[in-house]
Amino acid sequence: MLQFAIKDCALAIVATGRRAQTLREMRSVLRDVHPGSIYHHFWGTLLRPQPAEREYNNDFASWCSQSLHDAPAAERLAVIDPARYSNIEDLRQELSEVIDERLDETELMLFARADQQFHFARSVTVVFDTHKVLAHPRELVDALPQMSVGSIFYHFIDARKREPLRRDDFQAWLSGLGSEYAGLIESIAGIDPYFESLFVLRNRLSEILARHFGETASAKVERPGPGRPRVLTP
Amino acid sequence: MSLETRDQELLARYAEHAGLDAVEQLRQLADRLTGLKVVHVNSTRRGGGVAEILEAMVPLMRALGLDASWEVIEGTQDFFACTKSFHNALQGKALQIPPDQLRAYEAVNAENAKRLRPVLEAADVVFIHDPQPAPLLGHCAVRQGKWIWRCHIDLSHPYRPVWKHLRQFLLGYDASVFSLDAFAQPMPHPVFLIPPSIDPLSEKNLPLDPAAANDVLGEFNIDHERPLVAQISRFDRFKDPVGVIAAYRMAKEYVPSLQLVLAGGTAADDPEGEAVLKEVREAASDDSDIHVLSSGHYSDRTINALQSAADIVLQKSLREGFGLTVTEAMWKGKPVIGGNTGGIRLQLLDHRTGFLVDTPEGAAMRIRYLLSERHRISQIGQAARELVRQNFLVTRHLREYLTMMVALTHGLEDRIELG
Repeated sequence: MLQFAIKDCALAIVATGRRAQTLREMRSVLRDVHPGSIYHHFWGTLLRPQPAEREYNNDFASWCSQSLHDAPAAERLAVIDPARYSNIEDLRQELSEVIDERLDETELMLFARADQQFHFARSVTVVFDTHKVLAHPRELVDALPQMSVGSIFYHFIDARKREPLRRDDFQAWLSGLGSEYAGLIESIAGIDPYFESLFVLRNRLSEILARHFGETASAKVERPGPGRPRVLTP
Repeated sequence: MSLETRDQELLARYAEHAGLDAVEQLRQLADRLTGLKVVHVNSTRRGGGVAEILEAMVPLMRALGLDASWEVIEGTQDFFACTKSFHNALQGKALQIPPDQLRAYEAVNAENAKRLRPVLEAADVVFIHDPQPAPLLGHCAVRQGKWIWRCHIDLSHPYRPVWKHLRQFLLGYDASVFSLDAFAQPMPHPVFLIPPSIDPLSEKNLPLDPAAANDVLGEFNIDHERPLVAQISRFDRFKDPVGVIAAYRMAKEYVPSLQLVLAGGTAADDPEGEAVLKEVREAASDDSDIHVLSSGHYSDRTINALQSAADIVLQKSLREGFGLTVTEAMWKGKPVIGGNTGGIRLQLLDHRTGFLVDTPEGAAMRIRYLLSERHRISQIGQAARELVRQNFLVTRHLREYLTMMVALTHGLEDRIELG
């Protein structure tokens, strides 16, 4: 059986030195800012301090809302789903088009306060092996609640840009094990990673795994399934 | 007790506060850096945020297998006068630094370099904290490792002539670290963004028995049975202590039993501090429920007690870098009402772990709200503590240092895969 090697990752955040005070300046920087910066401001936000439920799910939209007070721009930028773009350049293009559209219809140029400019940063992802290997999907029931948020980020978020079908690593592993796990794969695929903190994602994944194997175990061997994983505070 | 046992115990104590996964992640990252010689250099062993962080950081690095040490440069009166002026100028104050002080700055660094050169040249990674020891790099011609300038100051609006002077000493560094993107200046090398942190094992932050906290309140004639709001901060206009009193007065109209404690000191080199303290005393003079504690030398335990005993903690700054007192209070499970400025906007999630306010009126309204909906105090306080646990403890800070060290030794590619 294929094994699942648990990896972990940590981000080092690097300033690019580029910044914007208006939407037009943001558009201008987006033309040629480091591609890692676009990735960082869509996904890297998950590894930074944030509430369990976010109003906007990427930094561009949040800035338009909180610092420019431009709600239409914020809403349109928030609806961009980075998981649907196969590469960063396509995502850059979509961002630029949304901003251009907003600039075309706006007569008044909104400015952010000088101390609330948008600072473009990028991240260096350091991936390391935890030396923990799972031989059977059932082992995920115990392993998932113990995974660091860095592991959740690596296997559930970062995987989408590594994996050819843009799936998370859990789905990719399970799909390689035959049709037995089709229901489980479907449940995992139902989680939208774009709206939850990593802690909530970990809880939801843990619950799905515990429910699946709990039910399977009860049905097959008539014994209680594994206990519900420990509750993790979001 | 063997060194190894002591290290394991230290890591276990951090795991109790930060979580097992946080410490396990540190172990795994540090595995790649075992034996690395890391030297931190700053200008004081005790007092101030940098020393506080290093007191925790260096033993933690050692416990994880790094060969970490901490060196302190020794200076003269002229040297410290110069670096104090640097500090003020880098935060925007226009001032001229006398040439003899600038010469003392370079001479003191040259003198310290004679003593420190063997250690610094042999190190794999050198962290130079703040401007004081910055010229040391120029005296270590055959250095082996990576040199990192760790800036703890808000450099967003420096007085340009002074920044230009200091910058010449920084050009040869391999990287800089700033606490926030807004605080950084463009540099000819990579600039990392790493917020500071608090140490959950320091006396200021360890859990304090409520009875012990009440005893401390008794020392200052504060009634522990009545609601208390506190601001623990220097008497500085940017901390807006008079605005805090105004907010307290507005809230007290609705909560007559309310008490306020303003505790802090004035910096010896801040001529405005005494004037601000005088204004605060005048503003508080007609109300015996306002306690102005101004000796400025309160023990960590006293600060801990005041933060722990308060129902709500304020940090109503008008300008602020990274306010560690905000994080300390949140770690004690307190909702914080903070000024909507600087690093506080990163430290505090509005409406979730506290409130961001722009005016005394805003602060008064939040005090009233929390004291009338007391269940929200514990709800918000719990969320605040959890936010700190995940993001602002020294374990997170160290994780980012370790990640940066790995990144620097692997050429800053977007992705570095370690075996």
